[in-house]
Amino acid sequence: MEESLKIIVLVKHVPDAQFDRHLAGEANTVDRSESILSELDEYALEAALQLSEARGGEAAGNKVIALSMGPAGAVNAVKKSLQIGASEGVHLSDEALAGSDAAATSLALAAAIRHLGADAPADLILTGMASTDGETSLVPAQLAERLGLPQVTFAASLELDAGKLTARRDGDTHADTIETELPAVVSVTDQINDPRYPNFKGIMAAKKKTITTLSLADIGVDPAQVGKAGSWTAVETAEVRPPRTAGTIITDEGDAGIQLVEFLAAQKLL
Amino acid sequence: MAKVLVFIDNPGQALKKSSLELLTIARSLGEPAVAFNGELHDDAAAALAAYGVQALYRPSAADLDDYLVGPKASYLAAAVQTSGATVVLTENSAEGKEIAARLSIKLGAGVITDVVAVDPDGTAHKSVLAGSYTTTARATTPVAVLTVKPNSITPEPAVTGTAPEAVTIEVPETATAASARVTARSEKPESGRPDLTEARIVVAGGRGVDGDFGPLEALADALGAAIGASRAATDAGWIGHDAQIGQTGKTVSPQLYISAGISGAIQQKAGMQTAKVIVAVNKDAESPVFEIADFGVVGDLFQVLPQATAEIKKRKG
Ligand SMILES: Cc1cc2nc3c(=O)[nH]c(=O)nc-3n(C[C@H](O)[C@H](O)[C@H](O)COP(=O)(O)OP(=O)(O)OC[C@H]3O[C@@H](n4cnc5c(N)ncnc54)[C@H](O)[C@@H]3O)c2cc1C
Repeated sequence: MEESLKIIVLVKHVPDAQFDRHLAGEANTVDRSESILSELDEYALEAALQLSEARGGEAAGNKVIALSMGPAGAVNAVKKSLQIGASEGVHLSDEALAGSDAAATSLALAAAIRHLGADAPADLILTGMASTDGETSLVPAQLAERLGLPQVTFAASLELDAGKLTARRDGDTHADTIETELPAVVSVTDQINDPRYPNFKGIMAAKKKTITTLSLADIGVDPAQVGKAGSWTAVETAEVRPPRTAGTIITDEGDAGIQLVEFLAAQKLL
Repeated sequence: MAKVLVFIDNPGQALKKSSLELLTIARSLGEPAVAFNGELHDDAAAALAAYGVQALYRPSAADLDDYLVGPKASYLAAAVQTSGATVVLTENSAEGKEIAARLSIKLGAGVITDVVAVDPDGTAHKSVLAGSYTTTARATTPVAVLTVKPNSITPEPAVTGTAPEAVTIEVPETATAASARVTARSEKPESGRPDLTEARIVVAGGRGVDGDFGPLEALADALGAAIGASRAATDAGWIGHDAQIGQTGKTVSPQLYISAGISGAIQQKAGMQTAKVIVAVNKDAESPVFEIADFGVVGDLFQVLPQATAEIKKRKG
C-alpha cells in the first residue's frame, strides 16, 4: 500500500470566455462579474483525484484540498471543486489582494500553502497550465521558486510511484521525460486527462464539506506585500482592440479557389 | 547606459530569428550583453558580434539542460548580478517564461510576458484577454524581466560590430538541489517548414480535414507557410500536438492565417485572432469562424484548397 497523499490544487475563478471579457478600474484589472472555475484547473483537480483514488481516496487518508485566492465570488470555484470531488476547500480572500500581479499572487499562495502545511506539509501542489484570464503561466514556476521546490510544469502525463514522480512534457523541438521526488509543484496540460463533471452524489456530498476562509493575517502576510502596492509590475494603459469584423464571404460555385488566390494577390500576400 | 541581458538557450549552429530580434531590441534599450547556455558555434558567435553584443557570459556547468528550468534561472541570476543588467530579455516559449518566472523571484524583479514591443524607456506593449485588449505595462522594480514574442521587430545588425570574449559565470552548487531532472529526451523530426510561431503564413486544419492534411500541406508549401491545427485535429492524432493553435496550444500572429475545416471555437480563436489577415474555408455558412474572417469561402476544402494551390503555382510560374 502506498503512503497517503496530501494534495493542494490551486483553482482560479476566472471570467467566462464565452462572454466578452473586460479590464476595469484604475489598475486595469480583470472584471470578474461573469466568472467560473477556470477550465484549465479542472485538469489539475482531475489529476489530483486520480492520484488520491489510486491510493484508496479519502478513506485511506488522502486529501485533495482546493485552494482559491480571490474576491468573495471565488468561493464558487472552491464549491465547484468540492462538488467535483475535492475533500476540503480553502478560500484565501482579503481586500488587500486586489490587483496582485503574478509575483504578489505567488507570494500570497506560497504563504497559504505553508499555512496549510503547518501540521503536515503538502506532498504535491497541482495547478492548471495557465489561467484562462491572465494567461502568463508564471505562477506555478514562481510558486516553486518561493517554496524552494522542484517544478514539473506542463505535464501531459503523470505517474507517481514510491514517492517518485514521472511526467511527460511536450516541447516544440523535443519531448522530455521529467522525474522528481516529492514534494513538488506540478502544472498539467489539457492533454493529461478528461475531467469529470460533478454528479448528483457529488453535489450533495459537497454540502457537508468544509470551506475554510483565510485572510492575510491568518497566513502572516503583510498587506503591503500584495495587491497593487506589492506588485512588481503595473499595467499603465489598456485599449480595447476593435473587434474583428466579417469581410467578404463567398459560396463556392466552382471557382472559389481562384477567387481566394485573387484576394491574396490583392492583399499582396503571395 | 542601461545594460540589457539577453538569455539565449542553446544558440545552435546559427542564431534563430527570434534571438536576433531580442538582440535588436536590447540595442534599442541600452548596451546589449548575452548569457548563453550550451555550445557557442562560430557562426552564432559571429552573429552576436555583428549585433553589437558588448559582454558575453557562459555557465560554469555543462549540465543545465539535464534539469527543468531551476538551474538555468540560478545561472541567469548570477549573470544579471555580474553584468549589472537592469533589463533581461528571454524568449516567450514555455521554458523561457518559466526561467523568467523563477529569475524574477530570485531578483525581486517584475516580469512581463508576451511582449510585442518595448519603448526606449522600458514600457512594454502586449495584448491580453486573448487579443481583445492591447496594454502597456512596466516593471516597477530596479530590474525588469521581459519575455518577447517572435516576429516583434525586424532584426538589424549593429552599425559597428564587436568582439566579445565569453566570461564564465559560476553556477551556484545549490542550483540543482530543488530541480526536477530531465531523464529522457526525444527530438521531434523537423518538418522543413517554417517554425509555427515565427511563420509569416499559417495554414491550419481542423476536424474537417478528416485525417488528410495533404491538401493543406500542398497549399502551405506553395505559400512557404507553416502548418497548424485545431485541437480536434491534434486530439484525433492526425498531426502532432505541437501544431495545435489556441488557448492550450500556440498563439500565432502571422500576416496570413488560412483556416480550413475549423469551426472557430473560442479556444481556437484565442490563438489566432491577432493574425493580420484571416481566410476561412468551411462548408458550413453558420460557422463562427466566418465572423472573424476577412475572406471566407463556404465550400468543401477538398475542392477549394487544391484549386487555390494550382492557381498559386500557375501565377508563380
Ligand atoms: C480547456 C479547453 C482547451 C481547448 N483548447 C483548444 C485550443 O488550444 N485550440 C483549439 O483549436 N481548440 C481548443 N479547444 C477545443 C475547442 O473548444 C473546439 O472543440 C475545437 O477547436 C474544435 O475543432 P474544429 O473546429 O477542428 O472542429 P469542429 O468544431 O468539429 O469543426 C469542424 C468544422 O469543419 C467543417 N468541415 C467539415 N468538413 C469540411 C470540408 N470538407 N470542407 C470544409 N469544412 C468542413 C465543419 O463545417 C465544421 O465547422 C479547447 C477546449 C477546451 C475545453
